[in-house]
Amino acid sequence: MTALESAKKIKAKFGDLISEPAEFRGEISVKLADAEQIAAVCEFAKTELGFNYLVDISSVDNYGDDPRWTVVYHLHAIVNGAEIRIKTDVNEEKSELPSVLPVWRTANWHEREIYDMMGIRFSGHPDLRRILMWEGYPYFPLRKDFPLAGKPSELPGVAFTKPAPLEGGPFVTVASGEDAIHREPRVRTLEGTEPGISDKRRVQK
Amino acid sequence: MQTQTEIGYNTKIEGDVIVTRVDAALNWFRKNSVWPMPMGLACCAIELMAAGASRFDISRFGSEVMRFSPRQSDCMIVAGTVTYKMAGAVKRIWDQMPEPRWCIAMGACASTGGMYRSYAVLQGVDNIIPVDIYISGCPPRPEAVFDALMKLQAKISTQPVLENLMAVKAFKHQNT
Repeated sequence: MTALESAKKIKAKFGDLISEPAEFRGEISVKLADAEQIAAVCEFAKTELGFNYLVDISSVDNYGDDPRWTVVYHLHAIVNGAEIRIKTDVNEEKSELPSVLPVWRTANWHEREIYDMMGIRFSGHPDLRRILMWEGYPYFPLRKDFPLAGKPSELPGVAFTKPAPLEGGPFVTVASGEDAIHREPRVRTLEGTEPGISDKRRVQK
Repeated sequence: MQTQTEIGYNTKIEGDVIVTRVDAALNWFRKNSVWPMPMGLACCAIELMAAGASRFDISRFGSEVMRFSPRQSDCMIVAGTVTYKMAGAVKRIWDQMPEPRWCIAMGACASTGGMYRSYAVLQGVDNIIPVDIYISGCPPRPEAVFDALMKLQAKISTQPVLENLMAVKAFKHQNT
């Protein structure tokens, strides 16, 4: 069974909850309207359609939009190599959706990572602790409103953090630049000079 | 040593006795048996392993005895990215190392945070422990590690040993 056929079967089973399968560069995605049903959809995909391998769960921060979060499930069927992507939206007030851990045990650490980085909770998860940062770290660092440099925090005896010195450095792009050259910081220059002028010439000026 | 009755210039004595300062002698012992504590945290640790293996052979500089116990080591080589989560452990291991102790920050990450200008990475291990030698490179080649080791040896050979020992003794005397 191909991915497209699988997506159609999911659509037939769940009806209006599932969007029309979207194809992009040979990959099939479907969107689930109600995040509360994600465990049921995944259970169906695993038991009836053979998606026995959960590749990854990722999360997207649509900052400024409502609903703010998109959670993306990447499914793979080892028997025939079919891949499918299931997306679902979660709003910021709720920030919670059911865990798929009863379906795939591997979801345990994926969900913990999303909780750690984005602050989305998974109901029914038996051990929803932070996985990369330490317990007691006050922020969710992959959110769009969290600065790249980080924020200061202090947990005596465990860990501390300080903002990194970015100083317009090589990893800070300018979101408002008109094209890639103007967004790219390494060619950014002082006001009034052309891009590409070296530091040395700037000093002489 | 031969017993000599004559006092004065004697080539036989010159052959058996070396006149030096205590500091110089102790430093000579120290600098030629620096036991490293390999604080391997990232890819720099792979180069550190290469430095220890046969092709590059760190034992030519007397530092082949990598100790995985901080209590038995002299020089912590911080090889890799120090995350904030790991920083507490690095500090604790450093605190367990007995004096005299030295620290080499190996590579860009350990020295400055390297390319990781982010919320998760300590911006240089010198934020938590004193560093004697910084090595550039990402990761540095084993030759660069040896260069740092030789510079550390040069530094060790200039450090006042006896003076420090007397100071420690006086300090202990004061506090008993």
